[in-house]
Amino acid sequence: MSKIIPIGPYHPLQEEPELFKLYCEGEIVKDVKWETGYNHRGIEKLSESKTFDQVFFLVERVCGICSTSHPFAFANCIEEIGEIEVPNRAKYIRTIIAELERIHSHLLWVGLAGHFLGYNTVFMWAWKYREPVLDLFEKISGNRNSYAMFKIGGVRRDIENDKIPEIKKILDLVKKKTDLLTGAVMDDPVIHARTKGVGILTKEDIIDFAAVGPTARASGIAIDVRKDDPYAAYPLINWKVITAEEGDVFAKAKVRLLEMYESVSIIEQCLDGLKKEPEGQTEIVVKNIPEGIGTGHAEAPRGEVFHFAKTNGSNYPVRHKIRAPSYVNIATFKKSCIGQTISDATISLAAVDPCYCCTERLASVYDFGSGHKILGGEELIRISQKQTDKLLKL
Amino acid sequence: MGFKEFCFKKSLWLFHFGGASCNNCDIEILDCLTPRYDVERFGMLLVGSIRHADVLLVNGSINQKDKKRLLEIYHQAPKPILVVAIGACGCTGGIFAEGNTFAGPVDKIIPVDAYIPGCPPKPEAILAGIVKLLNKKPEQHKSA
Repeated sequence: MSKIIPIGPYHPLQEEPELFKLYCEGEIVKDVKWETGYNHRGIEKLSESKTFDQVFFLVERVCGICSTSHPFAFANCIEEIGEIEVPNRAKYIRTIIAELERIHSHLLWVGLAGHFLGYNTVFMWAWKYREPVLDLFEKISGNRNSYAMFKIGGVRRDIENDKIPEIKKILDLVKKKTDLLTGAVMDDPVIHARTKGVGILTKEDIIDFAAVGPTARASGIAIDVRKDDPYAAYPLINWKVITAEEGDVFAKAKVRLLEMYESVSIIEQCLDGLKKEPEGQTEIVVKNIPEGIGTGHAEAPRGEVFHFAKTNGSNYPVRHKIRAPSYVNIATFKKSCIGQTISDATISLAAVDPCYCCTERLASVYDFGSGHKILGGEELIRISQKQTDKLLKL
Repeated sequence: MGFKEFCFKKSLWLFHFGGASCNNCDIEILDCLTPRYDVERFGMLLVGSIRHADVLLVNGSINQKDKKRLLEIYHQAPKPILVVAIGACGCTGGIFAEGNTFAGPVDKIIPVDAYIPGCPPKPEAILAGIVKLLNKKPEQHKSA
């Protein structure tokens, strides 16, 4: 007889509302279930009532932390439909914003992970060092979190060339602080003891659950949309995919910390590239979007963000589908948490950097009568194919 | 000094209710606790249970599933309690107000004492809002 320990929905540990049920025997977690819907806002439906320019502001608010990745993926998607090629300057600016976001998101995660471990010093430090990145955002876009930089065919604001030295100065500061933080986290015996060998995901598990992003890269699978299907300025610059082999929480932390250095290097190369492009060429004018179906993806700090859109030549998307990385990553809890103690389960839950407001667009499939039966794989595929058929007929 | 004035005179403890939000306001509230803004110097502390709290911070649009939980949390709160709606979504519903799951802005569900608009409001704005609320005369407090 296992005891159920609920975490959430409004738990002090997590700033977002979601409910985890840990089925425990003694102190060992035997099963984990999660319930969602507290954060559902109906974004895909709302998107159908907005014009293409407005959708960018909406998808930015899918998730506040990855508020560049969603517009990025949507822009890639619409530009695929319209066969639009954005100017190089816009490509560089898009990449800079996306990488800055990765730095701030990873710092945020390191802080929260420290908080989950009960190591609040790490939390305070990481969030203190995150502030200069947010200042940089404020300097570039005027807002700390939702940047509103994206539009079809380019970006809304330019980064003037005379701002570049200042940005580089702040980046140097960020790099120095990251050195400090990385050193402190990697050498700390307490963090080693709490995270090494905890929540291990093997290569096979990652393939089974189709996990993406740093979660997959920490288990030795070098999956990264920026490398696999390059977009924006990523093919123009030099960088490498960071991987680790162990698959435990420590490896995930290591991958994220080292990725921040890659991001800094990418931004520096983009700033150099920006100097060569003529100022002001940040967009091309797009008059209308033709009828068609498009897909676009972008590498968010948590993994691949995927957007699907269908247009009919009007000013609105007919259908807009979003799949966020946490949707697949959260399923790995079934593997990583089971067999752990309750105290280790929390950090295993946090290790994939789950983002519930990204994920809240699934329809759960329950049998109405029994309340238990979930549709099997084949049935789901059949429903999905039917839906595609319906869309194609629209 | 009346009872209400006495209640809000010293360290305020905050409880954070994140509705159907995009996470930005949640992050900015947490940001207030970190070294640059550091609300703890005013004695403000984020607590884990509404039963320990003096102030209820609500952010995000409220959907059907959140609505009854918000009401329940409000009823569990020890009175007097101050309610602060944070962010455009908390104040009006913001961009999600037309959504099919939207159950009304916070003030349609529970009485609200202060509104801090912005998408998301900066930590400075959150601090300023709470300080303004504290300077309000206690008879002007709605929920309590």
